[in-house]
Amino acid sequence: MTGPAGLSKPDAGVSRDRASMKIVPVRHPWRWVTSGVILVLVAMLVNSLLFSHVVRGGTREGRFQWAVVGHYLFATPVLRGIVVTLELTVIAMVAGVVIGIILAVMRLSPNRLLSGSAWLYIWFFRGTPVLVQLTFWYVGISYLYTHLTLGVPFGAALVTLNSTTLITSFVAGALGLSLNEGAYMSEIVRAGIISVDEGQTEAAASLGMSKGLTLRKIVLPQAMRIIIPPTGNETISMLKTTSLVSVISGVDLFQATQNISNTNYEVVPLLVVASLWYLFFTSILTIGQFYVERYYARGAARALPPTPFQRLKMSLHHVRAKPVPALSEVPWVAPHD
Amino acid sequence: MVEAIGVHKAYGRLEVLKGIDLTVQRGEVLCLIGPSGSGKSTFLRCINHLEKIDGGALSVDGELVGYRQSGNRLYELKDHEVCGKRAEIGMVFQRFNLFPHMSVLDNITSGPLWVKKAPGGSSKDRARQLLDRVGLADKVDAYPNQLSGGQQQRVAIARALAMDPKLMLFDEPTSALDPELVGDVLDVMRDLADEGMTMIIVTHEMGFAREVGDVVVFMDGGVVVEQGDPTQVLTDPQHERTRSFLAKVL
Ligand SMILES: Nc1ncnc2c1ncn2[C@@H]1O[C@H](COP(=O)(O)OP(=O)(O)OP(=O)(O)O)[C@@H](O)[C@H]1O
Ligand SMILES: [Mg+2]
Repeated sequence: MTGPAGLSKPDAGVSRDRASMKIVPVRHPWRWVTSGVILVLVAMLVNSLLFSHVVRGGTREGRFQWAVVGHYLFATPVLRGIVVTLELTVIAMVAGVVIGIILAVMRLSPNRLLSGSAWLYIWFFRGTPVLVQLTFWYVGISYLYTHLTLGVPFGAALVTLNSTTLITSFVAGALGLSLNEGAYMSEIVRAGIISVDEGQTEAAASLGMSKGLTLRKIVLPQAMRIIIPPTGNETISMLKTTSLVSVISGVDLFQATQNISNTNYEVVPLLVVASLWYLFFTSILTIGQFYVERYYARGAARALPPTPFQRLKMSLHHVRAKPVPALSEVPWVAPHD
Repeated sequence: MVEAIGVHKAYGRLEVLKGIDLTVQRGEVLCLIGPSGSGKSTFLRCINHLEKIDGGALSVDGELVGYRQSGNRLYELKDHEVCGKRAEIGMVFQRFNLFPHMSVLDNITSGPLWVKKAPGGSSKDRARQLLDRVGLADKVDAYPNQLSGGQQQRVAIARALAMDPKLMLFDEPTSALDPELVGDVLDVMRDLADEGMTMIIVTHEMGFAREVGDVVVFMDGGVVVEQGDPTQVLTDPQHERTRSFLAKVL
């Protein structure tokens, strides 16, 4: 095959000859076949979604009832549900990340009591379904503790609150989702922290930085590269997990659409309304994740990947002036033996 | 500046340092040589409080490493006191250990800004001066992975110097470098030595040790086997172990 002899520069005559030859690109017939199949399937789907009709109760109507979807897409109860969904997502993720960082640092601590209690926390919250946890926070707490007291441990009470008024379905939802998310985030953060080279901590220490400073300024920013992608995943997942608060009588996006379809029986169009909104916010989160990842890639990659906008600009440029391959760019292919 | 008397260090049951005795005067350059695993890095790390010694006494600039004397009692240093001590000692690592998420300038100002709480403007000016001194004035805004190994190591030296250390520790600063990049780093270290910086250098560059070192110490198996004038130790070693080591590396 291509030994050192094959790599050696061919003599000038041959190379000029080859450089002037027409280049025949590799053909990919199967790509055309699969593309054709996919196009047909897409056409069928679009047709079914937009143009097909069915007869329901003696009247002929569009299969997906887009008019009904459009009517409820921006209905006030739906928008209120969206606010609840977004609030729960933000609260649960922010609290989850904070709890996650604390737990991750505890788990990595040489102190057995700290690492042990973090381990126990993670074991418990990952080991029980989040649905059970939510229900527990909603009904369990008020059942076990009718009053919640803030004060000196085993001593005087400063504030006493009635649990049933304090623990609304929103509070229970936010609490349950945050505590559960913290357990998952801690494993993500821990993976990020241990991915950072020990030499970094050592170099920071040799400059006189304290452990806390080193964690904040040196270790966590580098761990972010590992932490961000799964955290984006968790956020997208959380957006939809918040719909579980419907079982503890929270009115989120999903429950809001359910409430509507319970009165007008337009079940499918309202499921479509909910799905469209979930898809919309997931798309926004996906775009956000791209830019956050790009920010934390500084110093890790020699050149940052282009943003979609930059890529568009480049390909436009490419179309306008299609470059002729320079002689030096045409790879010299050694003859096979 | 540095005084070690019978320094012991063990990892579990593995005794790495078995009683190291040596002294480094102010302004002196001590080159530490010896086979792999002889405890050279461990000793440097002990000087910089990165490891705790198990026996003997180690002092830097007249103060015991890791303890504070008060009356006739020794108090173990608190975490922030240890940090303060480390801030006075510069350390340069074999693998550079620059902070990859920060620009060259931010790497150098990180210590002064965050540890010494120095004002930003003067820290930056000083960082530029130091970069100029190590021949990298044009790399202020580069990120570490855009630099060659030799350039990274020179930035690492500048980063350590930015803390105005009274002692510099080098742990095989040129071992991870391509041969043609070694010279630039050694030039910077030579300049430092000429300016009177106290330095302890673990190195395999025998030529450099001979030229720049005031003392060469040969360590093997956790003890100092031989020490003295570089030319004498390197060309006319008195001990068999030194002779066989030198025969292998020269
Ligand atoms: N953290 C540690 N835990 C356990 N053993 C260790 C640790 N660090 C070093 N050692 C051991 O201590 C011994 C001395 O290590 P040290 O790194 O000081 O050697 P060295 O002289 O610097 O060698 P080299 O020239 O290869 O860098 C080695 O046997 C090593 O395996
Ligand atoms: Mg070593």
